[in-house]
Parts: sequence; structure tokens; C-alpha cells
Amino acid sequence: MADLRSNFIGIKSPNPFWLASAPPTDKEVNVRRAFQAGWGGVVWKTLGLEGPPVVNVNGPRYGVVYGADRRVLGINNIELITDRPLEVNLREIKSVKRDYPDRALIISLMVPCDEPSWISILRAIEDTEADGVELNFGCPHGMAERGMGAAVGQVPEYIEMVTRWVKQHSRMPCIVKLTPNITDVKKPAEAALRGGADAVSLINTVNSITSVDLDLFAPQPTIDGKGSHGGYCGPAVKPIALNMVAEIARNPATANLPISGIGGVTTWRDAAEFMALGAGNVQVCTAAMTYGFKVVQEMITGLHDYLDSHEMEMSDLIRRAVPNVTDWQHLNLNYTTKAVINQDDCIKCGRCYAACEDTSHQAINIEPGRVFKVNEAECVACNLCVDVCPVENCITMRELEVGEMDLRTGRPVQPYSNWTEHPNNPMARAAE
Amino acid sequence: MSNSQLTPGVVPGRLTTEVYAVNFSDVAPPLDDHEARVAADRCYFCYDAPCVTACPTSIDIPLFIRQISTGTPDAAAKTIFHQNILGGICARVCPTENLCEGSCVRETAEGKPVQIGALQRYATDHLMDEGEHPFRRGEATGKRIAVVGAGPAGLSAAHRLAAKGHEVTLFDAREKAGGLNEYGIATYKAVDGFAGREVDWLLGIGGISVETGKALGRDLSLDKLRADYDAVFLGLGLQGVNALRAPGEDRGEVHDAVDFIRELRQSRDLSALPIGRDIVVIGGGMTAVDAAVQARHLGAQNVTIVYRRGQERMSASAHEQEHATSSGVRIICNAMPIAVHGNGTVREVEFAHTRDGANGLEETGERFRLAADQLFRAIGQTLHGHPEGLTLSGGKIAVDATGRTSLSGVWAGGDCATGGDDLTVTAVAEGRDAAEDIHTQLMGA
Repeated sequence: MADLRSNFIGIKSPNPFWLASAPPTDKEVNVRRAFQAGWGGVVWKTLGLEGPPVVNVNGPRYGVVYGADRRVLGINNIELITDRPLEVNLREIKSVKRDYPDRALIISLMVPCDEPSWISILRAIEDTEADGVELNFGCPHGMAERGMGAAVGQVPEYIEMVTRWVKQHSRMPCIVKLTPNITDVKKPAEAALRGGADAVSLINTVNSITSVDLDLFAPQPTIDGKGSHGGYCGPAVKPIALNMVAEIARNPATANLPISGIGGVTTWRDAAEFMALGAGNVQVCTAAMTYGFKVVQEMITGLHDYLDSHEMEMSDLIRRAVPNVTDWQHLNLNYTTKAVINQDDCIKCGRCYAACEDTSHQAINIEPGRVFKVNEAECVACNLCVDVCPVENCITMRELEVGEMDLRTGRPVQPYSNWTEHPNNPMARAAE
Repeated sequence: MSNSQLTPGVVPGRLTTEVYAVNFSDVAPPLDDHEARVAADRCYFCYDAPCVTACPTSIDIPLFIRQISTGTPDAAAKTIFHQNILGGICARVCPTENLCEGSCVRETAEGKPVQIGALQRYATDHLMDEGEHPFRRGEATGKRIAVVGAGPAGLSAAHRLAAKGHEVTLFDAREKAGGLNEYGIATYKAVDGFAGREVDWLLGIGGISVETGKALGRDLSLDKLRADYDAVFLGLGLQGVNALRAPGEDRGEVHDAVDFIRELRQSRDLSALPIGRDIVVIGGGMTAVDAAVQARHLGAQNVTIVYRRGQERMSASAHEQEHATSSGVRIICNAMPIAVHGNGTVREVEFAHTRDGANGLEETGERFRLAADQLFRAIGQTLHGHPEGLTLSGGKIAVDATGRTSLSGVWAGGDCATGGDDLTVTAVAEGRDAAEDIHTQLMGA
């Protein structure tokens, strides 16, 4: 039986599924329920300075992108950090941690970019017995305009500076949470490492407008006729998050920097994908906000069964796909495939034909009786037919062996060769 | 005094008012907005979609479903009405499992087609509920056209002709327009007077005057119509009813199923309609099912459909057959009526079991009797009282692919004419296409 117990930068939890800093971890009652449901850890929703707490809007906070059956595909929010008094949060954190010593409890922090503010908040959380801190350098709305959140995360020098303060003034493990609203995520990750971060977590939410009300002519959520950009999360942002995690994991400078994967983790499979690309654990929010805390049970059993069926431990999974992430120029340009339509499985919808004929390479023919056949002489193996076919595995890509004739080029398939050595590449010629 | 399902003989009021209301309510309630969007999401927007090919009126089904899925049902309805102005009733009565839904690739994939009929109803109901007519008349042509028969074929022809700018006079022998939709289908398929509402809505295009109570051969002559109008379209339907050709069929309480259905459809108080305790319906089509199910719903205790061939030969679709059996109707196949017994009124019907032999249907030698207070014949209808001078083929008015008859200036379509199946949707297509041909010929285009 695979062991799901997790040790992330020294922080132990019974499983690698943590709840991300967000509404579900804003107060004791939720966190207790989460732990009862089986979550391995929580990152308590971001705390701010002492004194009057921040103020949230009193209208809707979320905008949603739906599938046809109102399946939630993505959510954005315009919520700020916790709007509850600091001392209440601290009291509750201490109380929860006392009752759940085996679970990970991380405190998310965000204060102005000056050293005394960070010293002050670190002192305030000192006796909560929490396992670590996560620096919120990601929130794209509200706090960023005040010089916090993403405003810090977008400037590597600030990340490094604040991280250094935190490591200097506390002994707690420190996770730096990164924003995706930046050109090259490797830079802030490197800055966090330089500042002494024990890990990074990513992604925070993506700047977004989910929809426009076509009667009010205002973005949603709409507050008194106006809308603002919010932070996008949920299944829709997973591809962005996976790429950013992989970028950090395969960057030699940050290859050993532990990563907590965040962004659209909805099932065990998503979690496994994040881990394969370098995440040591995952943080979940939208799935819990959509379906409730119970989803963690599927994640636990699913990851368990996957690891068992592949005879792997979690450590075998983590980073396993990283070596297979490469740059375009290293892809094998002689790797050749052709689409094959399984006529027994074909339901004759003709989507492959419409897509290929109208938008690709006219490589599918219709024969009498709505029989769709691939014309290999035209097929460039773009895979679009596979992508649009509604029947799983009805259309597959057949790999041509080296030496086999490619009917499109009229030449036999050659052994591995990539762009760096391709005759059309002027740089390749220059190197000769 | 009150009757129950056990009361012998043919009596009214076997059920309570509430039960009648339930029994004759909408057999397939409409989809709500969310259901429609979810159902629409199952459409794959097929290339050259098989459902369109399977639809006699060639509605662009993937397009209208996509319009529903994007929250524009009125645009969807226009897509439907452009091809089939009676898209509302067709959504209710079409044997979709044999047509569009039967050819849906989801049927191939999962055995569950996209609910095309229900989606069509969703869209057409939506637009019709707004009360506005979606089409405008073309510029007046000065041409006058007579359309005889205000059933699906005639209504469809009249609408298309009016849309082209012609002046149309629509004649019908009965007191209401609508034909089969008004008189010949089960109540629960078109509740709330839908057939009548649809006719009113269709006439909203203008340019069509309706004259009811005018029968060809009685009040109208084809020669006179040909003389008075620029063109004539005949959508007469089928008025004659086949006989059982079994001794005793002249006994009391032996009826034509179409008469029973018509009376039921026009009835204002179902509890006043007398119905037998034991009912036998002979036939295998939709009319047989409509009569049998409604007999059950009126409170008949035992209702049996008897069909002379195997079940797979029944022209009622599998869905219709299932509706019958789930309504408590028994279906006996491979049996033909031999005699109707009774003293003045039917008491029993005698049948012989049949099998397919070398020379067609033959008796097996085994016989049985069914108790019957009423016997309904639903063994097909024939053309009856058609005007002289028209060439017939197979007992129907011979027409070419555009609906032209053997007489110049006379077109025909729907059940009275040779052509496709005897279906509402086919009649609509034929009326529409004949109208196009009439227009082309009259305008010399």
C-alpha cells in the first residue's frame, strides 16, 4: 500500500492535500470541519496587520464560468484577505492546532512592504504553534493597489527582500506564494530562493473578467453597476499552473526548490499531474468551494489506487515527468504519426471531417455511407481530429517506424533529429 | 349513480374528474430552460448531419439546437419554421425515433439520441408564446390560389404561398381547420387546444382566407376552382376507412377508430363520453395506439390491440407501442378477425392466429375470442370522394416529385397523394414543395 503521508519542507501531514489560503480556511469552524473530512493540512486565510481589519465588498464576490449543466469551470473573486480581527484568527489557529497536532497548519501573511510590519506580524503569530508561514505575494486585486500581494510578487527584488526579513525574524518554514500575473515565473521563484525561502507555492489567481452582463454592460460580479478584475481559479487555470510549476521544476537554478502546487486541482488525477511536474504536495480551494470538503476522500483513494496500481511510492511520482518537459527545439522533428479512424467505433458524426476539411489539411475523405477515412498523403498529424472526435480512442495516432514511407513527404522516416541540427535553421548552419 | 371500470356495457364516467385530467394531460411535458440547455449540449453539431437527412422537411437540426444552447430559442424556432411551418405539432407527433432521433449519432454511440423532438418543441413553443409571426409576406403577386383541405399539407402549402405574396383561399370540409392535427391524434399529444392555436398562429402571416364547411364534390368542384383560381392545391387527406371484411362487422358498437378519436378530440367533457369495459382495437398503426390508449384513459378495463402480422411489422413506432403497453393496453400480434359475435351489439370478436406462409398471411388453424363491448377498426384509410379526371396510382392521386397531378394547374400533397409516408411531417414537406413549384410556375421564374 502506497504511503500518502507527506513531509513537505519538514511539515508533516497525513496526506499531501492541503486547503489553500482562501475562504474555506478563514475561520475555525471551517478548518475543523475540513480536518474532520480528512484534509492533510490547511493554509489559514491570509492575515494582515493588527488594528481595523480590511473591508470586503458587501455585494457578490465571485464571477463564474460554467459548462452547459452549470458545471463550474472557473471562478474569479474580488475578495480581499481576512476581514476578521487578527487576534480572533490567532486564537482560533492556536485552538485548532492544539486539537489537530498531526495536521499541517500554515499561516498565510500579507502586510505592507516594510520590515517593522513583518516583524510585528511574525511576533504576533509566534505562539500559535502553527507549522509554517506562506507569504501571499499573489493576490491580484484590492491589496495590490496598496502595494501588497501581486504588487510584491511582480517585483523579484521585493520578494527576495521580504523573504529575507521573514527568514531573519522567524524560525518557521517559509513558503513564498507566487503570482501568475507575470511574464516569466522563474524570476520570482529564483528571488524567493535567494531570499531564503524553503519553498514556493503557485499559482495564485489569474487576473480576469469572467463575463460581462449583457444587460447591465458590466463585468460580473457586479457591484452597484460596476465590476473590477478578479482573480481566476478553478479547473480552467490548471494548464497555466502546470506550466508554471514545470518551469520552476526544470529550471536548474530552482530545481531543488520545493513546490506546493496550486491551481485547479479538482481530482486525484490533477494532484498526481502537479506532483509529476514537480510539486511536493498540492493545495486545493475551488474544488472544495464547489463540492464541499468531502472531495478530499476521492483524492485520497484515487491517489492511493494510482500509486498502488503503478507500484510507486509518492516520492517516485514527484518530479517524474520533469525530465520529459523540454523546449521546442529539442523535439524530434522526424517523429511521424498519422491519424487512424477505427471504423467499428466511429459513430459517423463527421466532426473530424468538418474540422480537417474546413480548418486543417483536407486529409479526411468521406466515402459512401458516411465512412470517414484518413488520407495519409495529406495528414500532417496535427491531432485535431483526435481532439474533436467525441468517441474516446476512436481516432488514434499511429507512429511510423524509422524507415517507413511517409506518404505526405514521399520520403522514409528518418532517425531522431531536432531543430538545432535542422538544415533550415540558420543557427545550425552557423555552428558548422 | 356512478360507474366504475367494472361497470358492464358502454357507459360514461368510469373515472373521477381528477383522473380524467391526469390521463389526458400532456404526455411529454415541455423542457424547461435548464433541461433544454443540458439536452442541447449533447448535440455534436455533426457534419452533414444524419438527423437532417432523416427529417422529411430537412430542418437544420444541429443549427437550431446550437441556437438553443446559446440561449436564443427564437432564432432556433425560425430555423425550424423556415423548413417546417408546422414545427410545433411535428415536435409533438413525429415518430422521432424512426426519423431524426433514430439517425442521431448519439443513438449509435449510447442508445440515447439527442432529444430532438423535445428541443424542437421547446424552441417553437417559445416563439409561438410570444404571439408574433416570424415571417412577412412577399410583395403581392395578384395571383389567387385555392388550397383544398386545411390539414398539414394544405396549411403548409397555404403558408408558403402566402409568404410568396399570393392570395390564398383555404377550404375545408369540416368546421375547423387543422385536419389530422385537430381531429385525428390523441388528445394528450396536443393539449390546451394546440392544433387550433397553431392554425391561428400560422394564419398570422396574412393573405389566407379560410372557408370551412366546404367539401370538394359537395360545395366545390375542381373544374370551377381551376377556372376561378390560378392554381389549385389538393390536400384532401384520406376520408375512407377500410372495412374488416369479417361477418358481423355491421353489429352495434363497431366503430372506426378515427371517428372515436375525432369525437374524443372535440369533446368538452370527457366524463360524458361513453366507453366500453372491454375494448378491442384492430390495426397496427398510430391510430390504433391512439384509440387504444385513449380508451384505457377513459376508463376501459381491458383494451387489446390485435394486429394481423408480427410486431415488427406494426407501423406504430416502438415508442408508440411502449406507450400503449405502459398504459395497460395488451398487444396481440399475428391474429386476424374472423367474425364479430353478438346479439345486435358486439359481445365477442373471434380471431384466427396467423403466420407468414408461402402465399402470404395464412391461418394457423388456432382461434380465440376476445370479449368486446366496443370494437374499433384502425386498419387504414383510403382516398374517398376525389374529383374526376385525376390520374390515380395505388389508390392515391398520382403526383410527380414537385406535387404536380395529371391535370395542369392542379397540385396535390399529403396523405391523398402518392409520395412518402403518411406522416404529418411528410405532408408538410409536400405542401411546402408544391407551393414552391406553384410559385415558380405562376411567376415564370
